[in-house]
Amino acid sequence: MIKSILKSDDFKLKNCINYIVVAVALVAACTLHGMGELKTSYMNLLVQIGYSIILAVSLNLVVGFLGELSLGHAGFMCVGAYLGTFISMQLSEVIESKIICLLISMLCGGVIAAVFGFLVGLPALRLKGDYLAIVTLAFGEIIRTIFKNLPWFGKAMGLSTGAVKFTKKDTPLFIIVFITVLVVLFLVQNLVRSKHGRAITAIRDNEIAAKAMGINVTFYKLFVFVIAAFFAGVAGVFYGHYTTPVMYTFFSYNYSIEILVMVVLGGMGSINGSIIAATLIPIINFKLQEKLPGDLAALKFLIYALILIGIVIFNNAPKLAPIKEKISIKAIIAKLTAKNRKPEDILNDPAHWDKIPTKISMDEVLSTDIQPGNEYVPDKPEKGGK
Amino acid sequence: MSILFDGLSLGAIYALIALGYTMVYGIAKMLNFAHGDIIMVGAYSVFVTLASGGHIALACILSIVLCVIMGVVVEKVAYKPLRGSSPLAVLITAIGVSYLLQSISQLIFGADPKNVTIASLGAVTLFGAKISVSSIVTLVIGAVIMAALTVFVKKTRTGRAMVAVSEDKGAAMLMGINVNKIISVTFAIGSALAAAASLFYLMQIPSVEPTLGSMPGIKAFTAAVIGGIGSIPGAMIGGVLLGVIEKVCLSVPVLAPYTTAVEFGLLIVILLVRPIGLLGKKRREKV
Repeated sequence: MIKSILKSDDFKLKNCINYIVVAVALVAACTLHGMGELKTSYMNLLVQIGYSIILAVSLNLVVGFLGELSLGHAGFMCVGAYLGTFISMQLSEVIESKIICLLISMLCGGVIAAVFGFLVGLPALRLKGDYLAIVTLAFGEIIRTIFKNLPWFGKAMGLSTGAVKFTKKDTPLFIIVFITVLVVLFLVQNLVRSKHGRAITAIRDNEIAAKAMGINVTFYKLFVFVIAAFFAGVAGVFYGHYTTPVMYTFFSYNYSIEILVMVVLGGMGSINGSIIAATLIPIINFKLQEKLPGDLAALKFLIYALILIGIVIFNNAPKLAPIKEKISIKAIIAKLTAKNRKPEDILNDPAHWDKIPTKISMDEVLSTDIQPGNEYVPDKPEKGGK
Repeated sequence: MSILFDGLSLGAIYALIALGYTMVYGIAKMLNFAHGDIIMVGAYSVFVTLASGGHIALACILSIVLCVIMGVVVEKVAYKPLRGSSPLAVLITAIGVSYLLQSISQLIFGADPKNVTIASLGAVTLFGAKISVSSIVTLVIGAVIMAALTVFVKKTRTGRAMVAVSEDKGAAMLMGINVNKIISVTFAIGSALAAAASLFYLMQIPSVEPTLGSMPGIKAFTAAVIGGIGSIPGAMIGGVLLGVIEKVCLSVPVLAPYTTAVEFGLLIVILLVRPIGLLGKKRREKV
């Protein structure tokens, strides 16, 4: 059975390498935990990594695949954390098992966040780019203000979630989180590779062309927005079960940016990249918190800022494009494989005709830019003519 | 009455910041997220000058000069390489710059608020209401600056070049306008306005911290969007409107905790009803 799957054409190792890595990490962590080697602080770190991956992957759907900037991701997480955990707390009076409470409230928190995503997305997606960013930012702030002031959620003290918080006696939370991460990865990857995923990337690349091809732009935008909000809500529920009290201050604009840093660092439109970045950033935070006291904590934000500016300028600046091509991994791989390729192979592959080795580089032939010094000077007609 | 005056003077501050946003947006087609943090830079420079025994006038001038330099440097280093690439990339860089400025100032000055007293002006009684002198000063100077800016844009060569660049960059370039220079000038003016805003801000709230600029910055951007982004009178109207609404909300006990929510809610409602803002111009999209 497995052999036949492995042999079929649809199966590619690179498409499922991330499941394997996450699963191996989970098994390794479980073994360590079973041996009693895992410190509580590291278990907390694992939970953080888990929900960061969910957040980063879902934000990547919006920013990387749909091409819209959302600065309110922490707002959706806030909805999940407050309302989902609140539901869980009510349930915990009836149901004894914390895991069942968590699972039910996860779904509830996700769905409520998705409803909020729908409500925000419906008006906001009429807007583009910068406007959408500012509206989602506004949404995040509104949500935070509301939860701060509503009487049921502890007001300025935050929602105290001691009743449902996972303690040492329970099944470690990171196992559930990482299983959810696997499910989320499975859903998102299959969405991205499906017909719908292609429609979404088509909208990113050229909205008008996508519309002309018959893609329902509004539907897909809203769809992506709602799904991302759902996952953010789920991540929020995990957060609520992992810490107490749930504080509105955590979900500020800064946290939305932190998620954005993960997406940009990992590469917009790359799920594996988001996973790596979402693993790295909590670890960096954790290590920095140990080492840096007080005001030096700003160093963390300095690093984020430099990551954002550096990566975006490097990837997008038109002037840096030639340098980027030279040192990118793809170019190096292409160079290595090009050595083994026979010219006949290239000739039979129309998609790579630009790779045919010629004496003149193809760019020069195709370029219409006139460099100083080689302007076209028409021949002067001979005197008298013929 | 005094609430209205407070609102108007807060609105004048928002309007000054919003002008910076709206001008840069109109010309460079980008949302300069770091604009709010330029205010913070200005406020810190006032703090440093006063703390080292400088005169208040010197502090004002220094803060304006520093902000202008800062604005132009940010534009040259962070935004210029990205000209012509996707708006998303520019927006993310701008967020990065905003973070950078905040974290650098936190590393230098620490996270705790520093006390800055510019001038302790009293209050006068006008129309039977107590009004602080600082809000009158803010209101008057703010109005003068805005009037001057309007004249500058309408009458001078540089101002008209700015309008031309915002309408059609390509055509402006063909007409012999140095677009890069105009963009730098816009950033310089916007930053100078931010510096002025920081002075007025310190008059009302005499303390400075690294995150001082972010909230007024976001609110001023909200004001710019409400007024119609790219439109100079729109930014003024939006700013004043938002300032008054904020002060009125704060004075009503039921609404007071929800002030931020009300302001941003207004933004969402306006964008729903009239996505181009109150005075914005409709742009047709070209394929």
